[in-house]
Amino acid sequence: MTAVIDRPAPSRGPRRPGRFAAPPRPVWEEPPSKAGSAAKGTVIVLACLAVLVPLWIVVVTSLSSKQTITEAGGLVIVPKDITFVAYQELLSGGQVTRAALVSVGVTVTGTLFSMVVSVLCAYGLSRPGSVGHRLILMTLMVTMFFGAGLIPTYLLVQTLGLTDTYLALILPGAVSVFNTLVLRGFFMGISSELIDSARIDGAGDWRILWQVVMPLSRAVIAVITLFYAVGYWSAWFNASIYLTDQQMMPLQNVLIQLVQKQEIPVGLNMAVRAGDLSGTAVQMAVMVLALLPVAVLSPFVQKHFKKGMLTGAVKG
Amino acid sequence: MAHDIAPGPAPADSTPQPGPVSDRARPAGLRKRVGGGPAKGKAGKAGKIPLGRRLRRDRTLLLMTLPAVLLLVVFNYVPILGNVIAFQEYDPYVSTNGITAMANSPWVGMAQFERVFGDPAFWHAVENTFVLFFLQLVLYFPIPIALALLVNSLLRPGVRAVVQAVLYLPHFFSWVLVITVFQQILGGAGIIAQELRQRGYEGFDLMTDPEAFKFLVTFEGIWKDAGWGLIVFLAALAAVNHDLYEAAAMDGAGRWRRMWHITLPALRPVIALLLVLRVGDALTVGFEQLLLQRDAVGPGASEVLDTFVWWTGIRNQDFSYAAAAGLVKGVVGLVLVLAANKTAHLMGEQGVYRK
Repeated sequence: MTAVIDRPAPSRGPRRPGRFAAPPRPVWEEPPSKAGSAAKGTVIVLACLAVLVPLWIVVVTSLSSKQTITEAGGLVIVPKDITFVAYQELLSGGQVTRAALVSVGVTVTGTLFSMVVSVLCAYGLSRPGSVGHRLILMTLMVTMFFGAGLIPTYLLVQTLGLTDTYLALILPGAVSVFNTLVLRGFFMGISSELIDSARIDGAGDWRILWQVVMPLSRAVIAVITLFYAVGYWSAWFNASIYLTDQQMMPLQNVLIQLVQKQEIPVGLNMAVRAGDLSGTAVQMAVMVLALLPVAVLSPFVQKHFKKGMLTGAVKG
Repeated sequence: MAHDIAPGPAPADSTPQPGPVSDRARPAGLRKRVGGGPAKGKAGKAGKIPLGRRLRRDRTLLLMTLPAVLLLVVFNYVPILGNVIAFQEYDPYVSTNGITAMANSPWVGMAQFERVFGDPAFWHAVENTFVLFFLQLVLYFPIPIALALLVNSLLRPGVRAVVQAVLYLPHFFSWVLVITVFQQILGGAGIIAQELRQRGYEGFDLMTDPEAFKFLVTFEGIWKDAGWGLIVFLAALAAVNHDLYEAAAMDGAGRWRRMWHITLPALRPVIALLLVLRVGDALTVGFEQLLLQRDAVGPGASEVLDTFVWWTGIRNQDFSYAAAAGLVKGVVGLVLVLAANKTAHLMGEQGVYRK
């Protein structure tokens, strides 16, 4: 590393400490002992490996050929040959393609709907002193303490004729009171002078929400959108009790059948029986499809998590 | 009400501007909030403006809350009324419509509840619920705290962000996925069992072993959510005044003493609050997680109150019986939550709602 010093300074200006450089240690703080750092590092690395290794195995197996999988005796840890056969088969029509589309559709529609309803409600409750906001707040909070129970809800959804419609996957859980309160907590933190000045300039509540509050709340809105989206994407229970038509099932439900009953999705039987494709690879590929959007999106929103969680959870 | 004269200058009616520069621009309530006044004072002040005017002033805000309130009323409050079937012998086939079926079903008083309390399967579910709850409390609860202390001691922001991203990740996976992953690793055909067999040992199947099931469930919970749980502790740690550490160091406190006397006391309120809330939620232990594994291990090891309701109601269509069991669970759960909140208040914490 000494060579670095001899090199001319980069034209970008003075070197800033990188994200991976340790900040200077205060003089009073004793440097960590070798053994202590090693133990700490080991625990953290182990914890990260406990998360990453299973995911690695799943992804690599889904990308392996039938021969590699057979040789490895089921699951592959060291990739030998990379092939996308499983994905090609799954996404070239048939049950899994349809289920993935259903999941995407339900997630996008549901998240949009939930966000609109929650943001509106949160803003409506965020101006203190408005008529009835305590009563409405109570109406919301009671549902956090006392749920109606599975059976009456099930019967209601049936009575409303929502069975075997996608509305049954969206409407019953569309409002998360927790998420709404998180949004409200954040909106309440926006300085009231700002909102008042917008009002004096002639902006109504809709305009204030859209042009003042929303742009200032991008962080928390990103977090709550992710929470809702993950909720819709991961949901399988409502589909399992409200949908009877196998054609309508979302991805998670297809995954359950695939893994628990070892059923090969309709449309893939030929390829698997013909021996071109490993059943294990198919399973793993469906798992990757199920985890991919979440795994890709959540790190982007990560830096806002703490802020979002705290404004709601603590101020509530 | 329009002829009432509001106190204070410039009532909205006399303002010629297009946008309603209303009372709220001259904020009675807002100023109160900045001062942090208690709710009672606010109501007293706002009460001077007549209700009709306030309704008109806030109609947009009320309109905005309407969709959410409607959805909650329909899907959370109406079903609460539906719990009356717990006192009936509900027969969905009496009529085509759920409501008329409810009206035409015979009333049986407390008979369903007597059935529930006399049912060994119900008590078995209660037992499993509590066993799982205590295991999770003892084995799961300390882990996020320990992880938070570790992650908090990582000084390089980049390393820290990466570690956090990895640890948060499983929280966003569905239970279906988590259980599938466990199946592939620890199941009878899983990678570990295969490996053992190839080396000439006996394989095993943790996923179908009723003895190991409760530990397996707890471990799955740890894998999925322990990383996520550290967020709130990290936030509490970030709020600690760092001058305290320096002052303690000046006074000769080593790293362990600083942790014991500064860091842990800073975490104490959060730990207490989460503990109390967890106890309040004791009857709810991983519904989806357990339902997904019910087939593999059987109800003996995996049946908890939630899955019991699901099984008797949705699967066996014994609606009134399941509703009665669900109602018992709901009421006991409510008492636990309220008691937990009360405890939180007594300890000087906020709990889920304020007093």
